[in-house]
Amino acid sequence: MRSEEHSLVEVEIITKKDEPADGKADAKNEPGSKTAEEHVFEEKPKCINEEYEVVYHKPDTLLDVSMHYCPGCAHSLLHKLIMEAVDELGIQEKTVGVAPVGCAVFAYDYMNIDMSEAAHGRACATATGIKRLLPDSYVFTYQGDGDLAAIGIAETIHAINRGENIAIFFMNNAVYGMTSGQMAPTSLLGMKTTTSPYGRDVHEYGEPIKVSELISHLPGSFYVTRQAVNSATAVRKAKKAIMNAFRYQKLNKGTCFVEVIGNCPSNWKMTPLEASKYIDDEMVKAFPLGDIKLPKGEDLKLLEEVK
Amino acid sequence: MMQTKLMKGNEAMAEAAIQAGCDAYFGYPITPQSEVLEYLAKEMPKHGRVVLQAESEVASINMIYGAAGAGFRTMTSSSSPGISLMQEGISYIAGAELPCLIANVNRAGPGLGTIQPGQGDYFQATKGGGHGDYRLIVLAPSSVQEMADFVFLGFDLADKYRNPVMILSDGAIGQMMEKVTFGKFKPLKIDKPWATVGKPASRERNYITSLHIKSEDMERHVEHIYRKYDEIKKNEVRFEEIMTEDAEYLIVAYGLSARISHKSVNILREKGIKAGLLRPITLYPFPEEKINQLAEKMKLVLTVEMNTGQMVEDVRLSVNGKVPVHFFGRFGGMIPDPEEIVNKFENLINKNHAL
Repeated sequence: MRSEEHSLVEVEIITKKDEPADGKADAKNEPGSKTAEEHVFEEKPKCINEEYEVVYHKPDTLLDVSMHYCPGCAHSLLHKLIMEAVDELGIQEKTVGVAPVGCAVFAYDYMNIDMSEAAHGRACATATGIKRLLPDSYVFTYQGDGDLAAIGIAETIHAINRGENIAIFFMNNAVYGMTSGQMAPTSLLGMKTTTSPYGRDVHEYGEPIKVSELISHLPGSFYVTRQAVNSATAVRKAKKAIMNAFRYQKLNKGTCFVEVIGNCPSNWKMTPLEASKYIDDEMVKAFPLGDIKLPKGEDLKLLEEVK
Repeated sequence: MMQTKLMKGNEAMAEAAIQAGCDAYFGYPITPQSEVLEYLAKEMPKHGRVVLQAESEVASINMIYGAAGAGFRTMTSSSSPGISLMQEGISYIAGAELPCLIANVNRAGPGLGTIQPGQGDYFQATKGGGHGDYRLIVLAPSSVQEMADFVFLGFDLADKYRNPVMILSDGAIGQMMEKVTFGKFKPLKIDKPWATVGKPASRERNYITSLHIKSEDMERHVEHIYRKYDEIKKNEVRFEEIMTEDAEYLIVAYGLSARISHKSVNILREKGIKAGLLRPITLYPFPEEKINQLAEKMKLVLTVEMNTGQMVEDVRLSVNGKVPVHFFGRFGGMIPDPEEIVNKFENLINKNHAL
């Protein structure tokens, strides 16, 4: 039920437009005679009409609910890209995801697939448990930088070193988002966070850890790439990388690791646009985008199988 | 087919895991239970099952979380310091209501302690152990045969109640060799429609989580798991009574302490003292009612443990002041001698009469 206060505001808007609050009968044909709500009900948006072809819609693998992410956050985009990949590859029935502790802890509220919510940092161990028992499934983890690169670095490195045939989607936004902006192992030098109020100091905390480069040296990693989602071009590239990470799982040749440099406007204290620019101007200096490890030699032939 | 073998407790547990249909074992070496991982590393592949030496106990319990969530029978084992490392994962497993089996071959602590047997993990095992409101079903074997039998029982109870089950053993029972007979049980088969195996079009998605961010939901969830524990208390209390029918003096002890106390009861009987033994088999649910009933006809109760006094608190709660409850313990890896217990008992009886 609408509150008294709310209807007062409505009257005020109508009054501003110099229209009588209750005068519907005479003013029907005047352009300003309808409230926005009435307008929406009377005139259906044209895209719903049958004569128009739907060229873009959310994938069925993404639940039709509103997300808890802040405006301009990269998580919602990455969720959508992963779910698009699952949808397009037709592997919903064979996909099991593992959610982290962090901003993406509610991923299972949005992704319409079977999922397991792991303990902080342990997603790679949980995914190992699932994949070893369901070797024909597509198993992925979705983890942030605090989860994967700090508390869970041991599980991450060992899972990759064993060559677990899983995909790891690593959202690196250089802060602990869920707990509201503490320094992460990937925070940039000089970056001000709630726990590095004077900026990250190299003498105290060292350089930001470059997980993709680190794990690319492990023989167990098959495909390692670093992407972003702060522009249309970047999104298309990221999508391709995500598709690869799923396709390559079929080969049982090792771990596919897709790092995504993510925007965190809320904790960076920026507007979404400023955050996108910050990625291009600052983040990529520490975390250059592009493929870090690609299948080589004999493995290249295998790729034809999953094309 | 029944088959009898001479085996170490740890090996018996491992063999039982295979026979009870354990699909996957994840573990990390630690004395005095490494034989479980060693045995399974050799045997599981022959049965097409999964065995994996994890990078840590933290990882192994979270592998269990994943595999149990996918609907498989899965098990890990460790000893005290390793079990401490698993507590976070156990709390998540209990919160997410996943069935699995965890064996603690208890050594004496605190800290790195010693590799000799102990019962110092009673509190940790029976009162939850990790953070939050939850309980494990805790089974306490006192022989190599029970090390094997309780694997079957443990898996079945875990599946029945969707709750982690712990076998709380100790370094002596894990290491000693005894006769053990297999082929007595067949594993319970339970459908797991909640498992995360991939979502078909025919059903809603399954997800495994211990997260209920709204307080109302969380309270409802904890109420739900506690109602489950009430059912467990109603149905699953197990214990063994030895010479309690005409007993005037009662020893309460579990696991290795119970074996030793059994000997003490025999010695006391030879001396004409009517002693009896109550051995809790399930440490959770604890045989409260049984102990309370037995206390009616006892002159005193003695709890014997290989720690500084942990189960004695539950015995006192159960006896509820009806008769004095005393305690005798050896700890730090020391094992009580039956005669020590007898001496303690005789002193108590004399003191009691003097009063």
